[in-house]
Amino acid sequence: MNKTLMSGNHVIGEASIRAGCHFYAGYPITPQNELTEYMSEHMRSNEGRVFIQAESEISAINMIAGAAAAGARVMTSSSSPGMSLKQEGISSMAACELPGVIVNIMRGGPGLGNIRPAQGDYFQATRGGGHGDYRTIVLAPATCQELADLTMDAFDFADKYRTPVMILADGMMGQMMEPVIFKKPTPRQYPEKFMLRGAGTGKSKFIRALLLDPIDAEEHNWKLARKYEVITKNETLCEEYNVEDADMVIVAYGTSARIAKGAIKRLRDNGMKVGLFRPITLWPFPEQKLRALSAKIKNFFVFELSTGQMLDDVRLALQGYAHIDFHGRPGGAVPTPAELTNVIARVYNKND
Amino acid sequence: MVKIVSKKPNSLKEKIFHYCPGCGHSIVHRLVAEVFDELDIRGIAIGVPPAGCAVLAYNYFDIDMVEAPHGRATAMAAAIKRVLPDRMVFSYQGDGDLAAIGIAESLHAANRGDNITVIFINNAVYGMTGGQMAPTTLLNQRTTTSPAGRHKTLDGYPLKVSEIFSQLQGTTYIERCAVSSPATVNKTKKAIKKAFQCQKDGLGFSLVEILSACPTNWKMNSIDSVQWIDDVLCKEYPPGVFKDETAARKLAEASS
Ligand SMILES: Cc1ncc(C[n+]2csc(CCOP(=O)(O)OP(=O)(O)O)c2C)c(N)n1
Ligand code: SF4
Repeated sequence: MNKTLMSGNHVIGEASIRAGCHFYAGYPITPQNELTEYMSEHMRSNEGRVFIQAESEISAINMIAGAAAAGARVMTSSSSPGMSLKQEGISSMAACELPGVIVNIMRGGPGLGNIRPAQGDYFQATRGGGHGDYRTIVLAPATCQELADLTMDAFDFADKYRTPVMILADGMMGQMMEPVIFKKPTPRQYPEKFMLRGAGTGKSKFIRALLLDPIDAEEHNWKLARKYEVITKNETLCEEYNVEDADMVIVAYGTSARIAKGAIKRLRDNGMKVGLFRPITLWPFPEQKLRALSAKIKNFFVFELSTGQMLDDVRLALQGYAHIDFHGRPGGAVPTPAELTNVIARVYNKND
Repeated sequence: MVKIVSKKPNSLKEKIFHYCPGCGHSIVHRLVAEVFDELDIRGIAIGVPPAGCAVLAYNYFDIDMVEAPHGRATAMAAAIKRVLPDRMVFSYQGDGDLAAIGIAESLHAANRGDNITVIFINNAVYGMTGGQMAPTTLLNQRTTTSPAGRHKTLDGYPLKVSEIFSQLQGTTYIERCAVSSPATVNKTKKAIKKAFQCQKDGLGFSLVEILSACPTNWKMNSIDSVQWIDDVLCKEYPPGVFKDETAARKLAEASS
C-alpha cells in the first residue's frame, strides 16, 4: 500500500471522501481552512457529491442534519468559536438520532482567543456541549495515520448508533504533515427505513424530537441514555505506552500525548520510569482501563493544553485510589517535550 | 348519486388541526396539500416545518418531514434538495422563524438559488410563544413585548421579506398573498401551485408569503381578523407577484 505525505486537515478530507462522505458543509475558520478547501475541490469533482460553503456554522450543521435525514453520509468541520455556534444543531441531531461527523480543529480560547493549537473544548465536546441530556462520541487522534483511520471509523460509529460523532483535534494536528496509508473503508450499513426519501405510495415518515408530553420525552431520553450505555460498554479506545514497569503514568490525548511521548523518552533516559495513558475516545472515556492501572500505579500526571478539563474525568476514573498531578498550558501555548520533562521530573522526584 | 364537491386532500392525514379557530395555518396546510394532490407529488415531497405554531405540521401532512431547530428550516431543506434533486422539498416557516432568527439561512438559500419552495406565513406576531413582537409586526401594533405599540426608533420597522428576496439574483418566483376571503384563498392556492411547479421544472428558488390570521394573539375574533388582514396588513404588505422569472428561465433553459 502506498504511503502519502499529507497535512492533517487534508487527511481528514481524503479519508472522509474515501469513506463515502456525500455531503459536506463548512464555514471558513483558521486553523481548519485547508479541510474546507480540500472538500470544495474534491467533493465537486466526485460525481453526485455536494459541497456547500455555508453562510455560518449554524447553517452548516443544520445543512448536514438535513442531508443526513435524506440519507447521505455527512460531515462538517470548524474550529472552537464555530463549534460553539454548532451546538444547538448537534443537540438536535443527537435528539433526532441523525448520524454525522463533526470535526473540531481546536484553537486558543475562550472568545476569539487565537489560532494556536489548544485543547480548551474538551468539556464542550465530552459533556454534550449543547442543551439537553445527550452525548456525542468524541474521537481524539494523535497522528495523521490515526486521523485517517478514525475519520473513517467516525462515519461507521455515526451510522451504527445514529448519533453525531466528533473528531477532536487541534491546530497542530491539522497543520502537521505525516505519511499515511488509507485503509479500505467498510461498506456502509445504514437502513433505508431511517432515511427520508419521500413517501412514494407508502406510509409517510417524520423525524422529530419535539415531544410535548413529558412522559414521551422522558422515554426518549431514557432510550438515548440506554444507547449511550451500550456505546460506553463497547466503544472505548485507548493506548497504553510504557506502562508495564512505570511508577508514574501521564494521561494525555492528541497533541499533548505526542509531547508526552517526547518527554517520556527523555525521562526514561534519565532513569525515571514514566508511561503514558492516552484516551482515544474522550467520550466514552476509557475509565475502566485507567482505573485498572491504578491497581499498581499510584502516581498519575495529567497534561493538557487547557487549565484542566480532562483532569475531571481522570479524577472520576481513579476515584481517589491514586495521586494526581496536573500541568496545563491553555490559550494556544504549546510546551516543548523538554519543558514537560522538567515539570514531570520535579514531581516524579518529589513523589518518590 | 352522491356528488362529492369537497373532500380531504390525500396529502393530509385524518387528524384534526390543533390550530386556534380562525388561524391561517389550517387554511394554508390544506392549500399546500391540495396542490400536492393536483401536481401528484405527495410521494416525492419532503417538508421541513418550523419551530412555531406549525411545528407539528408532520401530524397533518401525510408526507415525509423532518424537524428543524428554530429558523434553520431553509438550511435543512436546501441540503435535502441537494442530496435528492428529484424530490420536491419545501420549508414551512413563520415570520419569527424565517425573518428573525433564520433570516440568514433563508436569505442565503434564496441567494444560492436553491431549487426549493418556501411557504412563509406572515402573521405579524410570534404565535407559538404567546404573541410577542415579530420582525413583521406593524408600527404601533401592540404585542406582549411591544405593549405600547411597536416603536420605530426603538424597535425598527416591519420587515418586507418578499420585497427583499425579490431583489436577490438567485430567486425565481416570489409572490405575496393573503388568506382572508374565498377570493384571496384561491389566489394563494394558485401561487403555491406555481411555486411548486417552478421547483418541479427545476427553475430555482420560490417563496410564497402569506398574510395569515392569528386571532388569538391579535385578540380579535375570526371575522375581525380577516378584515384586519384586508384593511390593515395588506396596506403595509401589498399582495402581488414581486418576481416571476419562471417563463424567462424556462426559455433560457430551452435555448441553452
Ligand atoms: C433557539 C430558539 N429560540 C427560541 C425558541 C422559541 N420559539 C419557538 S417558536 C418561536 C417563534 C414563533 O413565531 P413565528 O415564527 O412567527 O411562527 P408562528 O408561531 O407565529 O406561526 C420562538 C421564539 C426556540 N424554539 N428556539
Ligand atoms: S396562536 Fe396564532 S398562529 Fe398559533 S395556532 Fe393560534 S391563531 Fe394560529
